[in-house]
Amino acid sequence: MIARILTLFLVLALGAGLAPAQAQDGPLRIVIDEGVIEPLPVAVPDFVAEDARAADYARNIARVVAADLAGTGLFREIPEEAHLTTVTSFASPVQFSDWKAINAQALITGAVGLDGSGRLTVKFRLFDVFAEAPLGDGLQFGGPATSWRRVAHKVADQVYSRITGESGYFDSRVVFVAERGPKNARQKRLAIMDYDGANVQFLTDASALVLAPRFSPTGDRVLFTSYESGFPRIYLMDVASTRRRALDEQSGTMTFAPRFAPDGQRVVFSLSQGGNTDIYMLDLRSGQRMRLTSAPSIETAPSFAPDGQQIVFESDRSGSQQLYVMPVTGGEPRRISFGQGRYGTPVWSPRGDLIAFTKQNKGRFHIGVMRTDGSEERLLTASFLDEGPTWAPNGRVIMFTRETSGAQGAPSLYTVDITGRNLRQVSLQGAASDPAWSPLLP
Amino acid sequence: MRSISSSIVIAAALALSACSNPSGMGWGSGGAGGIGGAASSDPTSAAYFQETVGDRVLFAVDESTLSDTARATLEAQARWLMSNPEYEAVIEGHADEQGTREYNLALGARRASAVQEFLVARGVSPARLKTVSYGKERPIEICSVEACYAKNRRAVTVVTAGLGS
Repeated sequence: MIARILTLFLVLALGAGLAPAQAQDGPLRIVIDEGVIEPLPVAVPDFVAEDARAADYARNIARVVAADLAGTGLFREIPEEAHLTTVTSFASPVQFSDWKAINAQALITGAVGLDGSGRLTVKFRLFDVFAEAPLGDGLQFGGPATSWRRVAHKVADQVYSRITGESGYFDSRVVFVAERGPKNARQKRLAIMDYDGANVQFLTDASALVLAPRFSPTGDRVLFTSYESGFPRIYLMDVASTRRRALDEQSGTMTFAPRFAPDGQRVVFSLSQGGNTDIYMLDLRSGQRMRLTSAPSIETAPSFAPDGQQIVFESDRSGSQQLYVMPVTGGEPRRISFGQGRYGTPVWSPRGDLIAFTKQNKGRFHIGVMRTDGSEERLLTASFLDEGPTWAPNGRVIMFTRETSGAQGAPSLYTVDITGRNLRQVSLQGAASDPAWSPLLP
Repeated sequence: MRSISSSIVIAAALALSACSNPSGMGWGSGGAGGIGGAASSDPTSAAYFQETVGDRVLFAVDESTLSDTARATLEAQARWLMSNPEYEAVIEGHADEQGTREYNLALGARRASAVQEFLVARGVSPARLKTVSYGKERPIEICSVEACYAKNRRAVTVVTAGLGS
């Protein structure tokens, strides 16, 4: 049965075009194309509270674990009402027959302790119900009770990883722009949240327009564009202290679209001067600035490959917005997008294999992915206005902005699997745009 | 008289939109500032420049080329700026919402620069002119059809008297 579970997820990976040669396995691919993959039924009974004070945590942590897994579209939670057994002891043997009877293929059990200093200890086990065997070892996580959601996300990441064979993405954060007010007087603030929309905190006030924040590779710093000087300029913020500094303040220029290099020490961005926009790189240690493109066209939205050797960006040098890849040293760019319409906001996948982009064609906007040579373009979404993809740390899921049309139009954040399945709105109060996903937290 | 009353209407509309933004939860009541209250009948006032000279020019989709209408407006702007040397100007480039954020910032920069170049060619000192792009961040019309888009694809010359440097 373990084999069966693993096979199911191997099939999903193949359908996503992620796997190499074995992808030619006929029957499995048919299953995918027909879209009949069933999410894996999983039971997540409330964790056992090892202390009366831990009761709420024991229940809430199980709920977050279940929500993380179900949110992927790869799992389906069997609701508690259907359970035949209550797990009252973490150590007691599992009554597999009770879980088989409700067709739970995976079972997650856990226990939560809370000590006098407010520290949580969470243990969990994952079982393959039909094999009547644990899937991997039991694990224990600890942390302050205030971080209970992070502990839950860590448990879910472990489960996801053991069953899919891929790294998880639940214990991560997203920095974004919170929006408020009517379309012609929109206020924007930088904000940060857990990947699932919980724990929103504001990083700036509403006094200056802010755009497009981007995480550093370690997730502790954020680049963004702010109009606080009256002109768009790029800033670097330390997330913990929210202290920020302007990175480039040349009079007569505008800077925007900043993004970190994988080394966290260099920043690529766009600079407009005299109406012309080109791409530059700034070394944060030396303050030295290097120009990477010199063309009369618009060059913007640069994004590094994870190996740090290449940069993908958009340019209208051909007459319309298209995607190009150039060496980090600034050599001759190679065009990679050739389909109908316009392509912008390219972002290199953390796996290195794909580039996500925004495509505009015939009055519609799409989020899509293509291989880094431009082949195998796939559009994942379509709407009045979808833009600005950002990758989950495991390169399987993309978050983006979807804005509705008309006078009451407003943006929200959505996620979609790179297969194009499982489109979901991120649960947030208020309008939001320009998400950037952090790496998996340590 | 007609232009005076329309100036009052604009000021009132701005005040209303500010009021409709309750300032709870640290959001404050920021947003676009209004125009000074000077009467637009004074030909040396910013209000006169805005309403009578014409403070904005419009662009075709994804274009920064100046149309004949735009050039005529900018000729008048240049004359006004030459005869009112105490004013400086920030030229704001804007785009409609059909486009990605970064591209629209760059496109707005192109539009603002096209206006700046025209005014400089007509004799306005470049030291008096700054440019800024708002991309698609500051539409004035909020519907999602061409009638609104056409008004949002604009470059606005915002004049201010007596700024230092």
